[in-house]
Amino acid sequence: MTMSIAPDVVTLSRLQFALTALYHFLFVPLTLGLVWMLAIMEAVYVMTGREVWKRMVQFWGVLFGINFAMGVATGVTMEFQFGMNWAYYAHYVGDVFGTPLAIEGLMAFFLEGTLVGLFFMGWNRLSRVAHSLVTWFLALATSLSALWILIANGWMQNPVGSAFNPETMRMEVTSFSEVFFNPVAQAKFVHTVSAGYVMGSVFVLSISAWYLLRGRNVDFAKRSMTVAASFGLAAALSVVVLGDESGYAVSENQKMKMAAIEAMWETEPAPASFTLFGLPDVENKTTHYAIRIPWVMGLIGTRSIDKPIPGITNLVEETKGRIDNGIRAYDAMLVLREDRNNAQAKAILAAHDKDLGYALLLKRFIDDPRHATPADIQKAADSTIPNVPVLFWSFRIMVACGFYFIALFAYSFWQASKRQLDKHRWYLKLALWSLPLPWLAAELGWIVAEYGRQPWAIEGVLPTALGVSSVTAGQVWTSLGGFVLFYSALAIIDAVLMLKFARKGPDGLGLWPPASPAPAATTVPVQA
Amino acid sequence: MFDYETLRVIWWALLGTLLIGFAVMDGFDFGVAALLRVLGRTDDERLVLLETIEPTWEGNQVWFILGGGAAFAAWPALYAVSFSGMYLAIFLVLLAFIVRPVGFNFRSKIHDARWRNLWDAVLTVSGIVVMLISGVAFGNLFLGVPFRFDGNLRMTWHGGFFDLLHPFALVAGLVSLTMLLAHGTCWVAYKADQTIADRAVRVGRWATLAYVVFYVLAGIWLAYGVAGYAIVGPVVTNGVSNPLYKEVAHGSSWFASYMQYPWFWLAPVLGVLGAIGVQLSIGKKGLACFIWSSAMVAGTILSAGFALFPFLLPSSIDPRSSLTVWDASSSKGTLGVMLGATAVFLPIIIIYTSWVFRVLRGRVTLEHVRQSGHMY
Repeated sequence: MTMSIAPDVVTLSRLQFALTALYHFLFVPLTLGLVWMLAIMEAVYVMTGREVWKRMVQFWGVLFGINFAMGVATGVTMEFQFGMNWAYYAHYVGDVFGTPLAIEGLMAFFLEGTLVGLFFMGWNRLSRVAHSLVTWFLALATSLSALWILIANGWMQNPVGSAFNPETMRMEVTSFSEVFFNPVAQAKFVHTVSAGYVMGSVFVLSISAWYLLRGRNVDFAKRSMTVAASFGLAAALSVVVLGDESGYAVSENQKMKMAAIEAMWETEPAPASFTLFGLPDVENKTTHYAIRIPWVMGLIGTRSIDKPIPGITNLVEETKGRIDNGIRAYDAMLVLREDRNNAQAKAILAAHDKDLGYALLLKRFIDDPRHATPADIQKAADSTIPNVPVLFWSFRIMVACGFYFIALFAYSFWQASKRQLDKHRWYLKLALWSLPLPWLAAELGWIVAEYGRQPWAIEGVLPTALGVSSVTAGQVWTSLGGFVLFYSALAIIDAVLMLKFARKGPDGLGLWPPASPAPAATTVPVQA
Repeated sequence: MFDYETLRVIWWALLGTLLIGFAVMDGFDFGVAALLRVLGRTDDERLVLLETIEPTWEGNQVWFILGGGAAFAAWPALYAVSFSGMYLAIFLVLLAFIVRPVGFNFRSKIHDARWRNLWDAVLTVSGIVVMLISGVAFGNLFLGVPFRFDGNLRMTWHGGFFDLLHPFALVAGLVSLTMLLAHGTCWVAYKADQTIADRAVRVGRWATLAYVVFYVLAGIWLAYGVAGYAIVGPVVTNGVSNPLYKEVAHGSSWFASYMQYPWFWLAPVLGVLGAIGVQLSIGKKGLACFIWSSAMVAGTILSAGFALFPFLLPSSIDPRSSLTVWDASSSKGTLGVMLGATAVFLPIIIIYTSWVFRVLRGRVTLEHVRQSGHMY
């Protein structure tokens, strides 16, 4: 395997993937959350028969539709990109990674795509109950879609149920139940959809608060806020509690990510403290001005008071050992390439195949891992340290947002139950200005999860740099430029339409209040 | 339950099914989008055209998304080599797919002629790009594409965008374009207001005629001007998925499989019969024409797939790297589990899709779009 992958192709492909994924993730969580709000509102409509609830579904539905279109448009990119820019990745793990993506299409996206048109165009063609069932199945399909995507993503973080097959030179599934019931995927799923529910709730809360500030659509907005407050409170609690579950799962299999998030350079005696604030210094491997809360990290990360959480320096040392084993596996793999039935090589590979990926880390520094010097191994081991300051800060800001949402929704819920949502202008302003925060938290969450996984595409199995396609830097520049151009234009159009329709509001769109019947209605000729 | 060989054949057939599903179900959406300004002379008429496809195009497009996902899962090498190799061509198709959802959703949201003209142009171009490029890409499969694997099955590609524009591939692109335009006109004739439907009948006749000419031309060219690929030596159908374990020769005929399995001829016959059926029935503006054009689409794709069999993607510079049904699939376990999932969910998909089309049955009239505020 002589490797001649241009480093700029790797950098550009990563940049493009990060940009398109972060962009896609602006729309997906809102779809995930808003669709359940629509389902709840429509259920109330079916149960009470009160027209205002139908109008609420229709109005928020318009904004949902704009966002949904953006989500679908940018989602196609994600599916294409694994093949276009990450062809070796696609070959190397397609046997495992492709399956949840295909099942997502079969089980979820097909249902979602088929029903969404009926949601908009079916009001006059379906009975009340039938239409609400369409909305409920749409909501269900949306969350199911997230489940399968996160099963695929969970496997990238924690590649269970699979093994390297030297005859096909790729990872293959050994246990589907392990892949499908991956604990990391479960934790990530609940955390991610809850984050989406929070986003949907903040969205409805903020825009409704704006109407109340303007004294417009008062009943309409209060009802919407009540739904948002209840759904949002449950979601905000779930996102933090299950974020913690996600943290526990990470500490089990991605010790380096955990250590980087905590800027924990050395292993501390158990139970480790949590660094509330500090300035991580990568060069000197220390954290300045750290404010530490004793015990907290050990409790979150290990659910015990006696298990230590390993620090970055210790993990690098451990990695060197795994690289040594990986080189043995790599050597055996090359023997098997020439001689498919060599029993000795098979035994060596079987013993060390879990570390094969660690030998591949060396490929960034030398062509043939078998000739690695201790200095090369040190470099490869050091390369497993992610960007500590970025992870440290992203994580803290995300968590702060999470706690803020709990407070915001708890207060909203309390005000809603006292029926005085429009009493305090400061509260309405706070609700309005909270609008960008769920996006901030979601994007930072993506950065913690995915940037924190680097240098791996598949944790411990395939380094990101190896996953790229045989394309030229010029080609990736072209597509990257195209994305920047198209996505910027679409972002502007999306923002303009969202603002336009949010400003128009249910009153401006003629949805609510219903046109009051003229006093002399009986004399107006009725049109068939 | 099934052996590896059978599973591979089933997944080859399923890949074809998904491709046909996409072309039949979403193909007419592309055709209608491309003909938006030809068939719709006024904004109201264009609203009618859009409303014939708007409620369902999204679900229809999932045939494509699912096809991509299934290729990733069942034929990872095919997905990896074709998407990365034809990088810029695929990127153009991707851009066309990106602008469609927003085009359909955003176009009618603002009452402004320039705004709507812009989105009409976007939808038209995206329709043409997808129809044309998918045909050109398919044509290139017969010519062979320039890639090779190294010992670790890392693929390298040795060509650029313009190498894909071989005249034969361009004819294949025209087959695809005219076929799906004709398919779109059958839908409009069945579904849209009478004045627009009449226009679609006239355009549809010409499109179908052009399709037959290009299809027959492509067939003759393939028989006499394009050399086929063939596996030489023992054909291992139950072996591991490693393309480098076989030898391939270039220079045979793409019609070899038709000689081996004469029933394959039913596919091109279906394609041409479909075109004749369209000509005979389009004037009646009923469902029959759409069924005929669907048969035309299915027959065309099947005839191409049959000719390639067992090849999926032949390599022109290193024939033994070629991907075939026997060495480019996923593991047996993955094919089995995926088959189970498909067997459960595909029938369910067909059931609810049929229900949605039934709910939305009936012609979309000019009167209807003038009365209903366009909320979608």
